[in-house]
Amino acid sequence: MPPMGMTLTEKILARHVGLDRVVPNQIVDAKVDLVLANELSAAVAIAVMRGIKGATRVFDPNKIALVEDHFVPAKDPQSAKLAKLMKDFAKEQGIVHFFDVGRGGIEHVVLPEAGLVAPGELIVGGDSHTCTYGALGAFATGMGSTDIAAAFVLGEVWLRVPPTIKLVYDGQLGDMVYAKDLMLATVGRLGIDGATYCALEFHGSTVDALSITGRTTMANMAIEAGAKNGIFHADAKAIAYVTERTDRPFIVERADEDANYQRVIAIDVSALEPQIACPHTPDNVHPVSEVTNDVLELDQVFIGSCTNGYIEDLRVVARILDGKQIARSLRVIVNPGSQQVWMQAADEGILKTLAAAGCAVNTPGCGACFGGHMGTLGDGERCLSTTNRNYVGRMGSPKAEVYLASPATCAASALTGRITDPRAVELAGAV
Amino acid sequence: MKLRGHAHKFGKNVDTDVIIPGKYCNIVDQAELGKHALEGIDPEYTTRMKPGDIIVADRNFGCGSSREVAPIAIKGSGTSAVIAKSFARIFYRNALNIGLPIFESDEAVDRIDAGDEIEVEAASGTIRNVTKGETYAAAQFPPFMQSLVDAGGLVPYVERRLAERAKT
Repeated sequence: MPPMGMTLTEKILARHVGLDRVVPNQIVDAKVDLVLANELSAAVAIAVMRGIKGATRVFDPNKIALVEDHFVPAKDPQSAKLAKLMKDFAKEQGIVHFFDVGRGGIEHVVLPEAGLVAPGELIVGGDSHTCTYGALGAFATGMGSTDIAAAFVLGEVWLRVPPTIKLVYDGQLGDMVYAKDLMLATVGRLGIDGATYCALEFHGSTVDALSITGRTTMANMAIEAGAKNGIFHADAKAIAYVTERTDRPFIVERADEDANYQRVIAIDVSALEPQIACPHTPDNVHPVSEVTNDVLELDQVFIGSCTNGYIEDLRVVARILDGKQIARSLRVIVNPGSQQVWMQAADEGILKTLAAAGCAVNTPGCGACFGGHMGTLGDGERCLSTTNRNYVGRMGSPKAEVYLASPATCAASALTGRITDPRAVELAGAV
Repeated sequence: MKLRGHAHKFGKNVDTDVIIPGKYCNIVDQAELGKHALEGIDPEYTTRMKPGDIIVADRNFGCGSSREVAPIAIKGSGTSAVIAKSFARIFYRNALNIGLPIFESDEAVDRIDAGDEIEVEAASGTIRNVTKGETYAAAQFPPFMQSLVDAGGLVPYVERRLAERAKT
């Protein structure tokens, strides 16, 4: 019997290892196309690199991206020190893709925008949401700083080839139901360790119809099920997105028809409601109709992050808030994902619409999402957020509660001050 | 290497946000990080524990972010090892890379009670419950990962690879 075919992830890994074939659980040394770090993961990685005997230069200053995004604009002198450490390292090593405040934004929003991600590429990053780039058909996974230091100097990483779980989505998404709802439902179904060590391969007519942003939201949250990576096949839409941003050649891989999947899960989305992940794990997911009630008063709504900080997300929010006022009982913080998103939102009048509705619009960054700064929750506060995690203390106080939802659900809830089904909102100008 | 201390028990899905809350992620000093280990889930942990003590947790320990300061904080607190039913992927790599001893054993987690005195023989993964007079076996690391552990983490491995390249 001939050997079985390979999944999309196996195909990409095999090419980067220089083998015809790899199999799940095989340990390989793979060449990387790009290594990413932010000022927090870089600070530790740089210190580790300084301690590696024989390591003075990075393997290729064109294949490293450094993005200032977690505690910037610097929250305090210690944060400023880390930001400067990375900036100085970039200068010392001649790193081409260094993004300072005002020229970048959130790393996972910035890299695809800057044409640094292409189908078939292998990317590792010192941030768990590096898996985001699977939206464009790349193998991308998050690692800690020591692994990143090793990748900085070797241009290679050791990997255990993950078994692949195939997710097949069919049916048309209902009104006000988005990729975020699809992915929350998926994480709810798999559980937060349901895909540990595995690759998630997304298929089906529903995801074929999604925009690149929608696919980005889904790939971003693969880690929330414990997965090593989440990946889509690059179709014409993905290839167009990439070729508009880079002329670097790339190879579009496809899973074989007879690929070996650990599991195949079919998901019919036609009856899917907007979804909410309740405290305190991202797999504690319920349809909005089960969560909506008058008791859950919100103190904060947050819109942004590498999950939902894209222009499409802000358009949805602006459409719902247009000409209205947010409830007086809460604050709404909006964080466009990148400088480009911010400028596009300004051009389209979105920033003004949001500000006029009572939202505070911040500069791009990760701060609020991980409890760093610029939107930290206090004891007893409750937040509905478009971000990806709601663990105890994730956005600040361990005595705060975080609920996760789509931008539409967050916008609808901002109007009422409590968790609200976006399908119940009357839009300005609607008949 | 023998690791010895009393057990502190935790449930499943102890995530990196509770191991070292985001607000401390701009700290790089191991001892300073150690003062805040597990603060998000058990603010008294670092005052209650004694050097050498061992964390015993259910499945999926270390899920969430890739912050390497999570295992560094645990190491910095003086905790000598973590025994869990399973570990999240990135935490597992990070722990091996920085030399925080970790062991997977369902039996040990089910049998060990908080306060039990535990001794672990790191090389063999043998876990001895001194209080109860029982012995449990931890899962073996795959050979490649065992070789990283034996070498003392990822850095010596990288140095060897660089030296090999310099020769060719």
